[in-house]
Amino acid sequence: MVEATAEVWHAQHEVHEHHGPQGVLKYLWSTDHKVISMQYLFTGMFMAVVGGFMAYVFRMQLAFPGSSVPGFGIVSPGEYNSLVTNHGSIMIFWVAMPVLIAAFGNFLIPLMIGADDMVFPRINRLSFQVFFISALVILGSLFVEGGGFGGAWTAYPPLSAKGVYNQTPLGATLWLIGVALEFVAFLLGGINFITTLMNARAPGMKAYDIPMVCWMIVIASILFMLSVGPLIAGAVMLLFDQTLGTGFYDPAMGGDPVLWQHLFWFFGHPEVYVVMLPAIGITIDIVATFARKKLFGYKLMLYTTVATGVLSFFVWAHHQFISGIDPRMANVFMVTTLLISVPIAELMFVIIATLYGGSIRLATPMLWALAFIAEFLIGGVTGIFLGASGADIYFHDTYFVLAHFHYTFFPIAIIGTFAALTYWFPKMFGKMMSDKLGKIHFWGTIIPFNFIFIPLFVLGMGGQHRRIYNYQHFPDLAGADFQRLRIIATVALLVMLAFQLVFFYNFIRSLLRGEKAPKNPWNANTLEWTTESPPPHGNWPPDQMPKVYRGPYEYGRPDRESDFWPQDEPA
Amino acid sequence: MATESAAHEIEQRPEPVSRPKILADGVMGMLLFVFAEIMMFAGLISAHRIVRSQVAGEMWPPYGQPRLPVQETAVNTAALLVSGIVLVFAHLAFKKEASRARLPILIALLLGLFFVGSQGAEWVALLGEGLTIQSSTYGGFFYLIVGAHGLHAIAAILALGWASFELYKGRLTGSQLATVSVFWYFVVLLWPVLYLIVYL
Repeated sequence: MVEATAEVWHAQHEVHEHHGPQGVLKYLWSTDHKVISMQYLFTGMFMAVVGGFMAYVFRMQLAFPGSSVPGFGIVSPGEYNSLVTNHGSIMIFWVAMPVLIAAFGNFLIPLMIGADDMVFPRINRLSFQVFFISALVILGSLFVEGGGFGGAWTAYPPLSAKGVYNQTPLGATLWLIGVALEFVAFLLGGINFITTLMNARAPGMKAYDIPMVCWMIVIASILFMLSVGPLIAGAVMLLFDQTLGTGFYDPAMGGDPVLWQHLFWFFGHPEVYVVMLPAIGITIDIVATFARKKLFGYKLMLYTTVATGVLSFFVWAHHQFISGIDPRMANVFMVTTLLISVPIAELMFVIIATLYGGSIRLATPMLWALAFIAEFLIGGVTGIFLGASGADIYFHDTYFVLAHFHYTFFPIAIIGTFAALTYWFPKMFGKMMSDKLGKIHFWGTIIPFNFIFIPLFVLGMGGQHRRIYNYQHFPDLAGADFQRLRIIATVALLVMLAFQLVFFYNFIRSLLRGEKAPKNPWNANTLEWTTESPPPHGNWPPDQMPKVYRGPYEYGRPDRESDFWPQDEPA
Repeated sequence: MATESAAHEIEQRPEPVSRPKILADGVMGMLLFVFAEIMMFAGLISAHRIVRSQVAGEMWPPYGQPRLPVQETAVNTAALLVSGIVLVFAHLAFKKEASRARLPILIALLLGLFFVGSQGAEWVALLGEGLTIQSSTYGGFFYLIVGAHGLHAIAAILALGWASFELYKGRLTGSQLATVSVFWYFVVLLWPVLYLIVYL
């Protein structure tokens, strides 16, 4: 945080413009947090297209088994397994995490706390470079001999540990290396986010003046950093089992296959909250802005989030209810699992209480934010059935589980991202997005989404198991009524994917020919809206770095004429 | 109405001056990294304990596998602990006058090199006695955990070597030394725990 004079800054700015890395290199080798954010965003969007294409291929196979899928061809069982596995891995590790945490964290944290950049800009650049390599590794693993890894995104041994079982020795190892590199990238990013929030806040910004979305991304980073260690340990052991012939997970050699499940889910369950918290933070900020009302219970919300984070470390074994866990232990984990719905429900109620009595404007970002609450609620409520160890014996590994976590992950990764993208697009790119196209895209996504996954709840309750290539081979699952539901889900997916074209059209059209965005199009309070759209290198001229005088949610105060009160406006 | 406006009162704050800093950036980043590392070793240790507890009759080491050299490694452990203490003195000396820290840092470095070197010699001996990473989970965990710590020790030596070089050039800052030391202390304090769990 070097406090330079304005002249020096402008001089440096000139130098950066004219003598720094030129052309493409300027965007590939930059340490500017906004450029890195865009790199993460566009990589994540590309991976989302890949993951969406995979979903299209295997849903077509399930609805019309054995027929040639347009754009892919006939799906073999091995390809089906690989598609399902990599769809899950890509959507979580290469879409949800880079977009929600890395892209928006990188873009928002320095801007919202009034800093000129992250505290470790070069580590930030390294983080993206490692992430980019990991994306290349996972994409490359799809094309090696034997095809991509097909042992499910949870990679349970012994299936994942031995090439003779999974038939994809190269794909499995590359998958593991890709995931490990991705973790390294986010470890570096997480260190940056936490340190920046702690050390680089604008003068006057106290802990309770930090916008909720920054808190949420940072708490998510803390959860990630604390939970990822055991998985890295487990992943190294799995890698050794695959390549060096050790027997950590092989019972014949004295190992324990269930050990991996514990190490994986010790990370895997906090990971759910790692991606959920940023999406909730985005929702909170959007809801307060578009309800023109002070956030209900800032501190309550913050403490609740911390409680959620702590609890999330004590729920992982609900994934092992039928893996041979001691029933007394299952009871403990059932209680903690059901308990964690309390703080999450609290977050929901706080958001609803913020809406109550506000002057709500239903702009596109607000629609996405409201949809997040509604859809995530369904995901949360269906989780209760799975957390109860008795019910889980039946539901385990059925489409009920699948529909449940898509009702949590879709709102998080897709709805949350669209909310954030439509809200911060003016700041990111300096152009306004079309609200009309945005609303068409919104309804074209939300309605088909429910038509995809509600049938899958029904199928799951009917006993349809996951990870089956062709249900015609199972007489009790091959009935016409079941097949009809599968076709409904697939058709709804096709409709939803088609409506994404509206988004891409809107995105590109707005970039090229959109109306120029003012500094503060939504009349919001937080600091990022006090600088130019898009912000220049360094975010603010050094003699105009913002100072903070109040919290971020002072909307609709009766003692003021305007209904908002920017954080940096002197009292 | 009066009560309502009172409810909207917010505290009058003095004019803000500077950015709040809890710790030096580097120290804080390194501490966060160390927390993640502690969790990774916690994962390795719990995996080790779980697999060990499932061995029939608590045969540990399993039949036919050599015992680990407990006494020789105790010497290494002592050397590493001493290096940590020496580094504390280096830190105190650095605060008085930067150049006074040269010798203690060099001693700490040599002790660290001695630790890694004799651990390496120990590995060679154990490989000769038939303990390999594939021979049993006993051997697997030994090489995995001790190897992971060894890699960290090498990284710490490289970092402290860099700090020592910068010190001779007169460029080392207090927060740089603190950042490197945090990692060194982590490597030093982790080792006795691993020694207790893996060797004893």
